[in-house]
Amino acid sequence: MSDDRLLEVRDLKVEFHTRDGVVKALNGVSYGVDAGETLAVLGESGSGKSVTAQAIMGILDMPPGRIAGGEILFQGQDLLTLGREERRRIRGPRMAMIFQDALSSLNPVLSVGWQLGEMFRVHRGASRQEAKARAVELMERVRIPAARQRVNDYPHEFSGGMRQRIMIAMALALEPDLIIADEPTTALDVTVQAQVMELLADLQREYRMGLILITHDLGVVADVADRIAVMYAGRIVENAPVKELYATPAHPYTQGLLDSIPRLDQKGSELYAIRGLPPNLLRIPDGCPFHPRCPRVRDVCRTELPPLYAVSPEVTTDPGAEADAAGADAAGSDAVGSDAVGPDAVSPDAAPLAGADVTEVPAVGERSSACHFWKETLDDVHRHSS
Amino acid sequence: MGRYVVRRLLQMIPVFIGATFLIFLMVFALGDPVTGLFGDRAPDAATAARLRAEFNLDKPVWQQYVLYMGNIFTGDFGTAFNGRPVTELLADALPISFRLMLVAIVFEIVVGIVLGVVTGLRRGRAADTSVLMATLVVIAIPTFVLGTTLQFFLGVQLGWINPAVSPAARFDELIVPGIILALVSLAYVTRLTRTSIVENARADYVRTAVAKGLPRRRVTVRHLLRNSLIPVVTYLGADIGTLMAGAIVTERIFNIQGVGYQLYEGILRQNSPTVVGFVTVLVLIFLIANLLVDLLYAVLDPRIRYA
Amino acid sequence: MPEPSRPDTPFEAQGAAVAEAVSSTPDPGKARSLSSDAWHDLRRNPIFVISALLILFLVVISIWPSLIATRDPLYCQLGRSLDGPAPGHWFGFDTQGCDVYTRTVYGARASIAVGVCATLGVALVGAVVGGLAGFFGGFWDALLSRTTDVFFAIPLVLGAIVFLSMIKLTGIWPVVLVIAALGWPQIARITRGAVITAKQNDYVQAARALGAGNSRLLLRHILPNAVAPVIVMATIMLGTFIALEATLSFLGVGLRPPTVSWGVDISAASDGMQFRNAPHILLYPAAALSLCVLAFIMMGDAVRDALDPKLR
Repeated sequence: MSDDRLLEVRDLKVEFHTRDGVVKALNGVSYGVDAGETLAVLGESGSGKSVTAQAIMGILDMPPGRIAGGEILFQGQDLLTLGREERRRIRGPRMAMIFQDALSSLNPVLSVGWQLGEMFRVHRGASRQEAKARAVELMERVRIPAARQRVNDYPHEFSGGMRQRIMIAMALALEPDLIIADEPTTALDVTVQAQVMELLADLQREYRMGLILITHDLGVVADVADRIAVMYAGRIVENAPVKELYATPAHPYTQGLLDSIPRLDQKGSELYAIRGLPPNLLRIPDGCPFHPRCPRVRDVCRTELPPLYAVSPEVTTDPGAEADAAGADAAGSDAVGSDAVGPDAVSPDAAPLAGADVTEVPAVGERSSACHFWKETLDDVHRHSS
Repeated sequence: MGRYVVRRLLQMIPVFIGATFLIFLMVFALGDPVTGLFGDRAPDAATAARLRAEFNLDKPVWQQYVLYMGNIFTGDFGTAFNGRPVTELLADALPISFRLMLVAIVFEIVVGIVLGVVTGLRRGRAADTSVLMATLVVIAIPTFVLGTTLQFFLGVQLGWINPAVSPAARFDELIVPGIILALVSLAYVTRLTRTSIVENARADYVRTAVAKGLPRRRVTVRHLLRNSLIPVVTYLGADIGTLMAGAIVTERIFNIQGVGYQLYEGILRQNSPTVVGFVTVLVLIFLIANLLVDLLYAVLDPRIRYA
Repeated sequence: MPEPSRPDTPFEAQGAAVAEAVSSTPDPGKARSLSSDAWHDLRRNPIFVISALLILFLVVISIWPSLIATRDPLYCQLGRSLDGPAPGHWFGFDTQGCDVYTRTVYGARASIAVGVCATLGVALVGAVVGGLAGFFGGFWDALLSRTTDVFFAIPLVLGAIVFLSMIKLTGIWPVVLVIAALGWPQIARITRGAVITAKQNDYVQAARALGAGNSRLLLRHILPNAVAPVIVMATIMLGTFIALEATLSFLGVGLRPPTVSWGVDISAASDGMQFRNAPHILLYPAAALSLCVLAFIMMGDAVRDALDPKLR
């Protein structure tokens, strides 16, 4: 584990008690972020991206929510053991969150200057004027034009992009070590998305903050993220450095996500879509939760929950795999090979990180995949991508 | 803002004219102002005709109205049932009713909002359910039943209060009647505040406030309550009308010689100048109160355009 | 919308919430499923079941009081004035020596008749005025909305007292008439709001684009959306109108003896604290009245909650 590790979530489990039963939103999520690193958390709605973020921030609605297990280590300290007041003191000065819809996330009846200044007044005991001056500075930092004139304006008087800048400014106010951005650009116009993303990335570099970027938009991720964690049904299914994940996804779900991005160079061919719907969290399927939608499903997937396997780096540079990739037309032998590999015969490279209950989190540069057949998936990709 | 005020003032004029004309119609077209002057005795024909001419009753209704309003705006409200000018009666009665209303409104706002916030934050718990039931019971029992019963228990049985308020109507005498007057409105304020709090508690900006690391109290007061009070403020404007009408009942029960009491006397004695004069003033107060509430609303909610 | 419509009374606030909840359904098919959803919820809501049963009971005895009361409410024995409960007369006797139980049972008829008729009148006037204002907009909206404001500016109790004392008529119909004539502004405002919201729905715009006529738009698309909030509001108002009848009777301008109503009996009992030595003469009619009002308010509340998923 890196000394630089800022945040480490271990085997986090969250459930919601509703009228219809217990919704298992998180079923053992583990991921980590280093200082200055950007982790993108990817997944469909309902996969648990936001719930994880809210659990880290300590803003889950409890009840109906309940943390059923796990640890959230922030700078070495387990947040789940802290009291309410201690956690409150962490929010703002040490970690902050940017929400998706800035219009509804900003208080409509208070001026933006007041809302920005509130951070300094509450956490730093600043005076009214001091807070306002700092608010103007912040607004300038996030490049809002005519900040001094606009500081007393209300959220509805700003454009969508400007409002999101204000959200970013609010999160940055006390220069926290960690920022969680929950789909920060989803609600924005495409033209504004890039600007806001760029701003966020610049500021993150400047302050050397850890950034967790929650998104379902693969396009946003490629440019800014260092690592990607893909979530499905409240678990991490793949965790990899961004380039490797894009080049060689090691989980069929990730592969499906990547294939469903429209590509200019394949214009005319039909768009790929992952079949089926995300699982009902009240009744998560047995075995691998992705199996009903998985194109390479086998019997074992229906019964055995795959642990988070370490994807060893040698595999991706495996000469055999490369050979396969090179000889793309000679696919027959490989197909036969992967059919032969049963769950018990999972290749020796793929040692589960820590049995079925995964508590270890891959360090920088490491990869992991929660698929019994990650290796075949990888090989398959190698074959096709050349 | 200035233009908004002017626009609202201009909008008030037709409403004021319409409302007073309606009352005027009821009193002068449906009632008989002349016989009202004589009580139970029937006036002789000559006197009646002379009085009709004096009150412009021989002219068309709209003309009567114009003449009457002309008089009112020059300060001539006519003669009340007890022989004094209506203006004098009004001058005596208004401060008393004002004090009563003040007690009622303060009570209703303070207790109603506190109860609404407490129940809204504890939705579904025992405190919430019992307060909610209590508000329903208060709404269901007519004010005059509560009023007379409390008057009986507190005034006659326990002797804590004087069952009848003295003509001076000091603040301390008005506390119980004021609370009685406020009870139904209090129940509505509680329910409205609760609904508003429950709705806003799930709002994104409240989550943001928590994520900012603000203390719970600050989140509740500065963010949640501040926004939840907006519909309550609007309710209070309309409620002033309810309180004015309710004062007729309360003042009658406790013998408080305020506007409601005198107006009721005027109605019983069929004294048209008292009725029209008092109602005109009440409508005016109601409209002005609503204007103030609208302005307050605009201050509380910057999303309202002063267009 | 340049100026967001905003609630002016708790009624209207409730109504607006209902209007929003009901009209936020994107298409008529879903609206149907929303209402069946609401019905599903209601049947399981004990408050709704209790209040509905109570209302059913009250309506039945107001139509056939002799089902549970065999005596004549107007048969009084002055000699038993203010007597307490006795065998066969479990509620005791009032000032006139009439049987309180019988009078309480028979009182339901006048009170509920006033409540139901006044509510129908108010709903009709309010829905028509509000509906037309909301649907046509522009000049008609301005005219009808200002008219609504005029009636709104006269507090209901105040206007009713003035009107009833001037026409010098008492009885059920004058009371119903005055409530219907003065009490409709709230319904009108709710209807207007609901219609305007419904009008902005995409499917209504689509129907208009497809050439649906005004009457068809109103009847098939907009009305169903506006009906729910009006019904909820009217249910709650029905309760308050029953209480209003009692208040007017107390002030001497509503119903009068020999009409038998809860309001008449309560005001007779309250007048000059007649009840001081015989609390039962106030207790029973007041309890009956309050229970009835409570039943209607609770039912309205339950229906509104079922229709408004936001408040769950």
